[in-house]
Amino acid sequence: MKLPGLNEFSWRDVATETRLLLIGIPVFLWTMIPIYHMFLFAISPKEDAFSGKLWPEHPTLHNFEIVFKQQHYFLRDFYAQFWNSLVIAAAVGVLTLVIATAAAFSISRLRVPGGRVVMNLALFTYFIPAAFLAVPMYRTMGNYGLLNNHWSLILAMVTIASPYAIWVLKQASDKLPVELDEAAVMDGATTLQIFRLVYLPLMMPSLVAIGTYAVLLAWNEYLYAFLLLSNDREITLPVALGNFLAADDSPWELLMTTGFIYALPPAAIYYAFRRYMVGGLTAGAVKS
Amino acid sequence: MAITLSGDQSIPAPPLSSRLTPGQVWGIALLAPYLLVFLAFVVYPVCYGLWLARAPSNYVALYNDPIFARAAVNTLIFLVIGINIKMLIALFLSGFFAQQRTWIRWLSVIFILPWAVPSIPTILSVRFMFNPEWGVVNHLIFSLTGDDGPNWLNDPTVALTMAIGVHIWKSLPFWTLILMTGRLAIAQDLFEAAEVDGASWWQKFRFITWPSMQTLYITCTLLSMIWTLGDFNSVYLLTGGGPADLTHVLSTLGIRYLRLDQLSLAMASIVCAIPFVAPLMYFMMKRLSR
Repeated sequence: MKLPGLNEFSWRDVATETRLLLIGIPVFLWTMIPIYHMFLFAISPKEDAFSGKLWPEHPTLHNFEIVFKQQHYFLRDFYAQFWNSLVIAAAVGVLTLVIATAAAFSISRLRVPGGRVVMNLALFTYFIPAAFLAVPMYRTMGNYGLLNNHWSLILAMVTIASPYAIWVLKQASDKLPVELDEAAVMDGATTLQIFRLVYLPLMMPSLVAIGTYAVLLAWNEYLYAFLLLSNDREITLPVALGNFLAADDSPWELLMTTGFIYALPPAAIYYAFRRYMVGGLTAGAVKS
Repeated sequence: MAITLSGDQSIPAPPLSSRLTPGQVWGIALLAPYLLVFLAFVVYPVCYGLWLARAPSNYVALYNDPIFARAAVNTLIFLVIGINIKMLIALFLSGFFAQQRTWIRWLSVIFILPWAVPSIPTILSVRFMFNPEWGVVNHLIFSLTGDDGPNWLNDPTVALTMAIGVHIWKSLPFWTLILMTGRLAIAQDLFEAAEVDGASWWQKFRFITWPSMQTLYITCTLLSMIWTLGDFNSVYLLTGGGPADLTHVLSTLGIRYLRLDQLSLAMASIVCAIPFVAPLMYFMMKRLSR
């Protein structure tokens, strides 16, 4: 292949590239402005934050210091709230994985009678708009005596995450050759041994994707957390962020700093597991 | 004692446990945790909620509440206009991101951010940008024109438009990604053949891209509509339903009644949405459970 000389310099290529840039630049700005605005507030001293500048005159990490040292009325329980978010997200991830993997194995590999019906019921749940289910769920958690208890949020999020988890895991299970199970049975393996030694190792990539999905779902959840938990030491970070707004003189630079800290873990997890996530989630969301 | 199913039908059926293979017993045991979750946190709440909303007086009260009518109209605007605009942009951008260029691949990595980060800090960030006194938008307007900018969130039409914008900002990356996957699945030689025949950009889209993506596109639009009905954050975090409760949608309205301790009204407002949601759900179930 010869290098393009000046003669082959094509105005058509330039036009194409320009057209693409005319789309790309607005897309970049549209995506980044709210996120950059949050970051800008986090690194601005209070007086700079409200000046409308695109870069602070004196960028500082002081806001982070205030958050990490809990030096503000709104931040008294920052670590407790961070911990709550962490524990709840981890618990939702583990419980969803256990429940959904067991169900998918049962429906897909053991072909349990009625499995298809359960599958459809799960799918049905997946399509109930989350905010609609929140209203009766809130009342039910009250009836169960779980309000203000972390279990209410954990169980609510497991309920919401499981249907999709079961669905994706069942799709993945169906692709595993049935001969594997048969061979294991010939070798005298019990059902549990097949599950542990054959099924789980082969399902690992899907399990990582689903675990990540459930953890992120729980970490990012606002509505259910805000309905089900209320005590300042029991709430999760997003609810605490929402509570910042209750005051008229909200410390916006601290709100944005805390928000930035809160947004970092999911973004990091997402990028770390991007390969699994994109494959797993897009395959599951829509089967064309 | 194991008895095969092909045995003599005249003997009384043996107890269930002995008719099942050990594998099936395990199957039921492993399915039980999900069934329990489903019964306790889906079936019971839904039935209980429907029972709470059963009195016709609830629906009369809703009918007489102007906020309910407004929320229903807002929801329709959100779904019919907002979602279609979003999906059309996603369809367009999926073509942009399908281009093989290094810088576009990098942009796609950044483009996913709104979807990857939680909504509360970013929506609050947008809310502050449009703060009439301190927000950066009105700062810019002031420095360019010398006039004070509008109070963005004080006009219900503008505020609802912005809530739709926030929703689009948040969920556009996901749908673009899905539609891009659909686009990349189209056989490239079709485009090459069209190129040889001198087809225009529009003809390629009209006769190759669209026919192959039509079903996917419609499914995505419907799924997005269902999920948008459950989207509480875009409206609540940006406008809180205000000004004067004029930007509520059904999902925030239900929670509003809940906060006012009117649980049966909250449930009734959701029941009113069922006739609209049910066909969407039915269609999606049919498509996915094939």
